[in-house]
Formats: sequence, C-alpha cells, structure tokens
Amino acid sequence: MDRDSLYRETFPIKGDDFERGGEVATRVKALLQQLGLPRDVIRRLSIANFEAEMNVVMYAREATLEVLVFPDLIRVQVVDRGPGIADIDWAMQEGHSTATEAMRARGFGAGLGLPNIQRNTDEFEVKSDAGVGTTLRYAVHTTPRPKEG
Amino acid sequence: MQLRHIVSLLTCEILSGEDLLDLGIDCCFAADLMSDVLASAPNGALLVTGLASSQMVHTAEVADLAAIVLVAGKRPENEALAFARQRKLPLLLTGLSMFEACSLLSQHGLRGAVRKE
Ligand SMILES: Nc1ncnc2c1ncn2[C@@H]1O[C@H](COP(=O)(O)OP(=O)(O)O)[C@@H](O)[C@H]1O
Ligand SMILES: [Mg+2]
Repeated sequence: MDRDSLYRETFPIKGDDFERGGEVATRVKALLQQLGLPRDVIRRLSIANFEAEMNVVMYAREATLEVLVFPDLIRVQVVDRGPGIADIDWAMQEGHSTATEAMRARGFGAGLGLPNIQRNTDEFEVKSDAGVGTTLRYAVHTTPRPKEG
Repeated sequence: MQLRHIVSLLTCEILSGEDLLDLGIDCCFAADLMSDVLASAPNGALLVTGLASSQMVHTAEVADLAAIVLVAGKRPENEALAFARQRKLPLLLTGLSMFEACSLLSQHGLRGAVRKE
C-alpha cells in the first residue's frame, strides 16, 4: 500500500443483511470487468470478495471493502467492526466454523470461506483485534508471474 | 449439451434466460453448499442446487457458471430471480429431486465437474 493506486473504490457491507449478501462482490465484479482485466483474475477476486462479504454478513456488524487497482495487481482490504477472530489458525483450517444452522441454510458456514479466499489469491493476510474487528487483505496479480513450487 | 435439451430433459420451467437456450453446457456441479461451489465448480458449469436464496445466483455470477437448475420444486426468493434476470443468468426450475435431475443429466452425457485442487 506504499505506492499510489491507479484507482480505488470503497463499498460498505452491512452485517446480518443476508438478503443483500453477495451484492458487493457482484458490483466489484462489474467494476473489474470495466477495467478489462483477464477473466481468471476477475473470477478469483470475485470468489474471494464473495466469501469475505459473507463473513461480514454472518459474523460482523459492518465493514468496508476497498478495491485498489495497481498496474500489476488488484488489492482488496475488508475492514470490519465486529468480534474479531479469536484463533486465526483455527479459523483458517478447512471445516472449522462457528456458523449457525440458519447460516448453513443459506449455503455458507462450512468452514471453507477463509481457505477459499487464500486459495484464490496471490497475497493473503488476516488480522484480528478481539472485540474490535477483523481486517482481511488480499491481492491478485494481474500480470502473469512465474509460480513457485 | 444445449440448455434447451436440459430444459426438456428435466421438464423445467424457465424463469430467466429464455433467449439463451442455445447455450452449450459441458459439465455440471451439484451442491447446496455455495462455498463448495466456489471452491470446486469450474467456470461454465451448470449449477444444480436446492438452495433458493439470493446467494445461489450471486455464486453463479461470481464463479462464471453458465446456468442454474433449482431442484425439488423450490421457488427462488424474489431477489434471486430479479438478480438472475438482470444479469441474464438462465434460471430453470424442476420438480425432480437433486438425485433424479443429476442422474438424468448424467445418463444423457453431461459429465460431472472435475474437482480442482
Ligand atoms: N469477519 C469475521 N469476523 C469474525 N469471525 C470471523 C470472520 N470471518 C471468519 N470468522 C470466523 O472464522 C470461522 C471460519 O471462517 P470461514 O473459513 O469463512 O468459514 P465459515 O464462514 O464457513 O464458518 C468462522 O466460522 C468464524 O468463526
Ligand atoms: Mg465464511
């Protein structure tokens, strides 16, 4: 975040608003399409944004999702006000979830969200402050780079 | 397989995408859990689901899925239908169960989506 972004836009997300959960991810997708980004980049970012958005809807009170466009990557930060994540290592494991039955009835809450975000992004970081909130930062590179491994 | 073939195979009601029935579909992913779809469904897949909430259409939109079949006679929530129409995302309804719908599609040559690692 040290460099200046070419473009940035911030989207508010409301906690507990299941009816609208997903609207921010689809609005950001439309923005990324306007920017003419590769389809795969848009898809990976959109999946990450949707999972992050649903986590705010399910667990936090409110958040902002900020999209920052750089020449070689798209960065997203989701800053929420909420309970925070008590044990991030635990929450990052597939299948680990504190979701309720009502959340699972909407198709989320299987403990796959954070792993899905990490898998779809090139950079990923979670920070949490108990009782204050959670900050997710992730990025997808828009120009192909050699993958390690 | 063309979308119109799927419509007749599963005797679907077409709620959205009437003008997109020529669309070719080559694989299918069936789930009620949208995180599973987001994790594993390849783009262009047909989504077969029992989830009627707006998250079902948002999932198809963000994951670039081709079309949705809602099974077991469920009706989509109003926002879900409005969103599908707005994004020109075909949304089909069938009275068949998830199992019946999937086995018919499979018998007629539609393959399951390969799980990505
Ligand atoms: N923004 C958040 N605020 C508070 N807790 C969260 C947040 N995001 C995730 N969590 C916690 O981490 C767990 C795992 O999250 P995730 O991997 O998205 O799976 P799921 O949402 O399906 O439970 C959640 O069940 C919840 O306890
Ligand atoms: Mg989640």
